[in-house]
Amino acid sequence: MDLFAGIDVGSSATKAVCIDENLNVAGRGHAYSAADFEGAARKAFGQALEEAGASESDVKAVVSTGYGRTNVAFATRRRTEIDCHARGAYHYFPMAITVVDIGGQDNKVIEIDGNGKRISFSMNRKCAAGTGSFIEEMALRLKVPVHQVNELAEAATDESVSIGSYCTVFAMTEILGKIREGVKAEDLARAALVSVAKRVLEAHVFTGQVIATGGVVAHHPIMRKILQQTLGADVKVPPFPQHTGAMGAALFAAGAHGKESKDG
Amino acid sequence: MSEPQRIPARIASAKTMKKIMADHFLGIDAASKDPSKRVAWCTSVGPAELLQGFGFEVYYPENHAAILGATRKATEYIPYANAAGYSPDICSYLTADVGAYMQGYTPLTAAYGIESVPKPDVLVYNTNQCRDVQDWFMWYGKHWNVPVLGIQTHRNIGEVTREHIDSISGQIRKLAEDLEPIAGKKLDMDQFRESVRLSRKCSELWEKVLRTGSHVPSPLTFFDGQIHMGPAVVLRGTRIAVDYYEQLLAELQQRIDEGVAAVPGEKVRLYWEGMPVWGKIRALSEQFFELNTCVVASTYCNSWIFNQLDPDEPFESMARAYTELFIVRSDPVKEDYIAEMCEDFKVDGVVYHDAKTCPNNTNNRYGMPQRLTERTKIPHLVINGDLNDLRCYSEEQAKTNIEAFVEQLTEG
Ligand code: SF4
Repeated sequence: MDLFAGIDVGSSATKAVCIDENLNVAGRGHAYSAADFEGAARKAFGQALEEAGASESDVKAVVSTGYGRTNVAFATRRRTEIDCHARGAYHYFPMAITVVDIGGQDNKVIEIDGNGKRISFSMNRKCAAGTGSFIEEMALRLKVPVHQVNELAEAATDESVSIGSYCTVFAMTEILGKIREGVKAEDLARAALVSVAKRVLEAHVFTGQVIATGGVVAHHPIMRKILQQTLGADVKVPPFPQHTGAMGAALFAAGAHGKESKDG
Repeated sequence: MSEPQRIPARIASAKTMKKIMADHFLGIDAASKDPSKRVAWCTSVGPAELLQGFGFEVYYPENHAAILGATRKATEYIPYANAAGYSPDICSYLTADVGAYMQGYTPLTAAYGIESVPKPDVLVYNTNQCRDVQDWFMWYGKHWNVPVLGIQTHRNIGEVTREHIDSISGQIRKLAEDLEPIAGKKLDMDQFRESVRLSRKCSELWEKVLRTGSHVPSPLTFFDGQIHMGPAVVLRGTRIAVDYYEQLLAELQQRIDEGVAAVPGEKVRLYWEGMPVWGKIRALSEQFFELNTCVVASTYCNSWIFNQLDPDEPFESMARAYTELFIVRSDPVKEDYIAEMCEDFKVDGVVYHDAKTCPNNTNNRYGMPQRLTERTKIPHLVINGDLNDLRCYSEEQAKTNIEAFVEQLTEG
């Protein structure tokens, strides 16, 4: 069996995807990037191989992406996460789309035309607003594990609670004030997710179908609804949204071997 | 088999430049210790030729601040100025320079054995670039109790009118009157005209040097420009700068004749709008090199082209030259300029550097990139950073953005 792999070494998590010659997903892997990018890449790759029931020798090409893309010694090529997210998202939604990727420490908005060609992109820049870190800070403040934020937010009853500050430190002070006023943790959790959605969406003009990807959407399924409400438009999410970059990288690996997808 | 080239080929004239820059600093240092000589500090696009007409040795603190940046010392000293009330949000040339001075540090010590920046007899600015230079000079003026003189410019200028020229040339004439008692002599009109003539010559040659970048492949990069612009800033108005650019131009011309590219295998040509990131010249230059991408032109390096200078009309032509400058112009004028440059230099993309502490030399904040992309169909990228304060620069993000931009420009 011939396989192609993509490894996305992100700032928080490392994701791996193996696809077969027909570009179907054969296996996925996940590891925390922490301080050892190469180790995390190996681990995620190993998991993906195991799930695929394959061995390394079956893999014909590996493309690395993400912040740690240069640390993956066994990769045959590397591409930026911008390119890989675009490719991964377009694979599932082959039409003119805007990809909104919300990751642990950054977010990206990528515009793609109907032919899959990238028109423009932008990345957040310089602060935690609009990224997973904001949610982590919030979870810390509310003393709940980060994976419970979604559940908490689902139980919110007062959608008028909002966090207005841009700066994360200001936002946390704002939250303190709200806790003092007796606002419920559930409503604050939802407000934090809304804040992330707003910070990402407000900096762009959106046309066409919006596709949300990344760890924040994967771990907080409510995020899709929040993004839709904030945007006032339909938002679609590909399967395994956290793996979209790794999927794109795997597609590049396959593409380099002449295994072109319909998205070229 | 020879190793593949990993970094851009060095320009041989750099050796000469190193020598003349050393002479420049040593000369000013000596002048500052010689009671018969007078030293003036001048902003980089200030009235240097007039000061030379009075026989001042002219020192340019922005150049000094850029050296602090390039030697990656700026970020260490900026906080001292911040603590003294000069915000981290204002010009990081100012804060780096003042902070370093407060701590008794200058990179000139390691480079040339010079103990301190030269004490001035007068500080002369032109606000054509920003107000920060005025505040910067005021700090030193107060510190040394020496006069601070300046020209207050017009801003956001569309068409340059007679009124602009009359107002600025009037201010330059007044400046000449005020400088007389400080210089202890009258303005030497012959010397003044000669400085204007040489400055003009320098700028014509510098322009030709930069224009070689329009050749495909380009024999030089923006990063070479950042290094080789030194004499155009600090030695304009002298024969030395003219000789230097004649030499550099000949070398680049030879590169063109021999088909030598600054970036072998040049695939992508970019325009850089905004300030350099001084502490990252090398890292950025290597990254672009690896991406087979040449930054062929910039607004920044072109800021020291003053082709309006005319020795027959020194006051008026200086007023014109220092008013027609890109940085004081309105957005429509700036956009026409960039659009024309992109065409002349056959540019594939434009990189805007949003320099946190220099709004004056940052042009992406009022919709310009979007307007220009719509007009020229040339894609753009904005990177966040700073000229000197590396606390405002995320190297990883900048690198990824640049790499992704080049991917976008080269795909399909
Ligand atoms: S133009 Fe910008 S970098 Fe230059 S002195 Fe003014 S604020 Fe500083």
